[in-house]
Amino acid sequence: MPKGRVSIVVERCKACGFCVEFCPSHVLALSSAFNSKGYHPPHVVHPEKCSGCDLCGMYCPDFAICATKVDPAGHPAARTAAQPAGQAAGQTMKKATPAKGGSK
Amino acid sequence: MSDILNTDILDTDIVNPVEPILRSDRIPHIWCPGCGIGTTVNSFARALVDSNIDLGSLALVSGIGCTGRVAGYVKLDSFHTTHGRAIPFATGLKLANPKLNVVVYSGDGDLSAIGGNHLIHAARRNIDLKVICVNNLIYAMTGGQTAPTTPDHSTTSTNPYGVFEPSFNLPHLVEAAGAVYVARWTTFHVRQLSRSISEAFKKKGFSFIEVISPCPTLYQRRNKMGDGLDAMKYYKEKSKVRHGAPTGEVGLTMTGEIIVGKFVDRDRPDYETMMRSQFRESLGERFVEQTEMVCS
Amino acid sequence: MKTGLQKADPRGVLTGVHFMDGDHACCEGALAAGSRFAAGYPITPSTEVVERFASRVPTVGGTFIQMEDELAASITLQGAVWGGAKAFTVTSGPGFSLMMEHIGYAAMTETPCVFVDVQRGGPSTGLPTLPAQADMMQAKWGSHGDYEIIALCPNSPQECFDLTIKAFNLAEEFRVPVMFMMDECVGHMSEKVVIPPADQIEVVPRRHTHKSIEDYLPYGANGDQVPEMAHAGEGYNFHVTGLTHDERGYPNMTLPVQDKLVRRLQSKIRDAADRIAMFEEEQLDGADVIVVSYGITSRVAQRAIEAARERGLRVGKLRLITAWPFPDKKIRELAAKTKAFVVPELNLGQMVGEVERAAAGQAKTFAVSHAGGGVHNPEDILKVIVEAAR
Repeated sequence: MPKGRVSIVVERCKACGFCVEFCPSHVLALSSAFNSKGYHPPHVVHPEKCSGCDLCGMYCPDFAICATKVDPAGHPAARTAAQPAGQAAGQTMKKATPAKGGSK
Repeated sequence: MSDILNTDILDTDIVNPVEPILRSDRIPHIWCPGCGIGTTVNSFARALVDSNIDLGSLALVSGIGCTGRVAGYVKLDSFHTTHGRAIPFATGLKLANPKLNVVVYSGDGDLSAIGGNHLIHAARRNIDLKVICVNNLIYAMTGGQTAPTTPDHSTTSTNPYGVFEPSFNLPHLVEAAGAVYVARWTTFHVRQLSRSISEAFKKKGFSFIEVISPCPTLYQRRNKMGDGLDAMKYYKEKSKVRHGAPTGEVGLTMTGEIIVGKFVDRDRPDYETMMRSQFRESLGERFVEQTEMVCS
Repeated sequence: MKTGLQKADPRGVLTGVHFMDGDHACCEGALAAGSRFAAGYPITPSTEVVERFASRVPTVGGTFIQMEDELAASITLQGAVWGGAKAFTVTSGPGFSLMMEHIGYAAMTETPCVFVDVQRGGPSTGLPTLPAQADMMQAKWGSHGDYEIIALCPNSPQECFDLTIKAFNLAEEFRVPVMFMMDECVGHMSEKVVIPPADQIEVVPRRHTHKSIEDYLPYGANGDQVPEMAHAGEGYNFHVTGLTHDERGYPNMTLPVQDKLVRRLQSKIRDAADRIAMFEEEQLDGADVIVVSYGITSRVAQRAIEAARERGLRVGKLRLITAWPFPDKKIRELAAKTKAFVVPELNLGQMVGEVERAAAGQAKTFAVSHAGGGVHNPEDILKVIVEAAR
């Protein structure tokens, strides 16, 4: 079971590649697909390797990705008290999924 | 041919911990792909979350330039002031309401060229401000002109044949002027930067954190130094952590080592403390403490 | 004006009869108006205002800070305003020039504050210790872009006290920087100054919002075009920028937003020009010649006016207490009934152009210019009055 899970807001991504480069477990790769601005966001290529360390989230200059640790059932582990619930109306983090058609 | 990514799948049970600090309705931001300013904001936001600072008491003041736009992206009382004047604006804010935690978040050109006088005087007075200086080694917003921090021999739009004037070593400058906390990191050092910001919040007095940050569009492109990721790899390879390094030895060159770490951590009374004690001593009973200024 | 008037905080009011100069009276006016914050930088002939403030303010609860330059002083005070203070700075010609960008910032961000300019001879370093009135156009037009300010011109130490309070009140009412246009003579002249009891001094409080955090729009115009303010640290999480901004305060550099914002910044003052206008009038009915003056020059002109009347000329007096917004309507009305305006001022022709513009050809306009460094010889003004009366 993976220890963590990645979440990506593809429309915020500008494809700098920081998350792909600095992910210690090499979970990510830039997708060949585009977002609406024409950037190639990352996608998860090795979900099983994600440790939920969130280094991708810390490096992201565009607030477009984050990772969280998950329990054995795959649910996000409880965050710290500083983590508010259900904040940021209108902003939903979107799970990275391989693009339709995937990498070619 | 690649498809447009399908973004319809929601994963609402995962939330980015920095989201509450951001004005989400203003993002994506204006910074270029590979620009490091967003990464510094990310570290800043995480420092706020981790150190449990009361966000209601926090005000952020920026000057002009790329980093000057930080004020517009954080969900705090935020002030995008004039070029170079973030520090004096922040000084007025802090002195009028000493209960505020006031952060100055601006760029190298804004803080050390047009605002250089204010930088050294605020450090001298030891105004209780947390200054985060994103140093991308160039004037970026205006198109890549030489900054006081641009390393020798690099090429800029106003030094097309190479920069020949010496650059400022900012940690050395602010230490000499009197800052109580001086650190430098790069955008590669996200955790260390976040910790440094948290530490600075615990200091009373003028704190200065320099963050070396990529400018792929206007510094690196002209100098054939690659993109943002190349800069990050350079930081990873060439940075040396030397806590307590004499700041006189941490000057930057174009391709050399980057000395990072916490250089200065000392205590001396801040401006307000000195002001109050002076007035108490001189005026005795006649001294009236400044109470709530808020004139509503 | 929706905001209720308040009485002055007695701690700042030095009630009594004093003999003091205009600079000191201005400082007392600021304290009486509730200002507890000043940022300054030394410059002759204005420094006495902040010297007195520096001495007085620790005994009434407040802060003075001497900044490293006028650029800093003129923005530090605005930081203080957003921290909740009523704040001002004081300067003279060269320093006033350095403050221009921040007058524009205050206008754009609608930061209520007061800039005191004790005018001296210019250009450049000019005549540091001698009077002039040559910053009048700079006060109105000195920062770039379209904006409106309010400017007041005291002509005595008593008015330096009274009108400084008025300047703060107008700043708060309209959320605008107010220029307090003294001159070296008025600043350094000592006369009787009567400071009334605090309960006889009316003070306009800040237009602080009563809206909830959810409902508050930092730059949402009210019926009278002036937005409500919040201060840092109150939880509103507002954004202030010198960029063109929408009602949320967010940068929005589109033509409709620019048009709406800049027109409102102008009209909130212009629409209230009649209410803001203050004059001293004397024998305007049936006057053939009206002498329009302000500041120290009005006192010199008084002698010329009286001498002209002794010669049998019908001369009226209009003293501008409000210089900006310029009282177009008043001049227009008078122009229909008089032959000529005579405008003496310590410059080579500034407000006279405004008089001429507002008169729109209905009456002739005569300048009595003076390069500054002293005041007019009343004879010089008299000569022009006589010429204008022909």
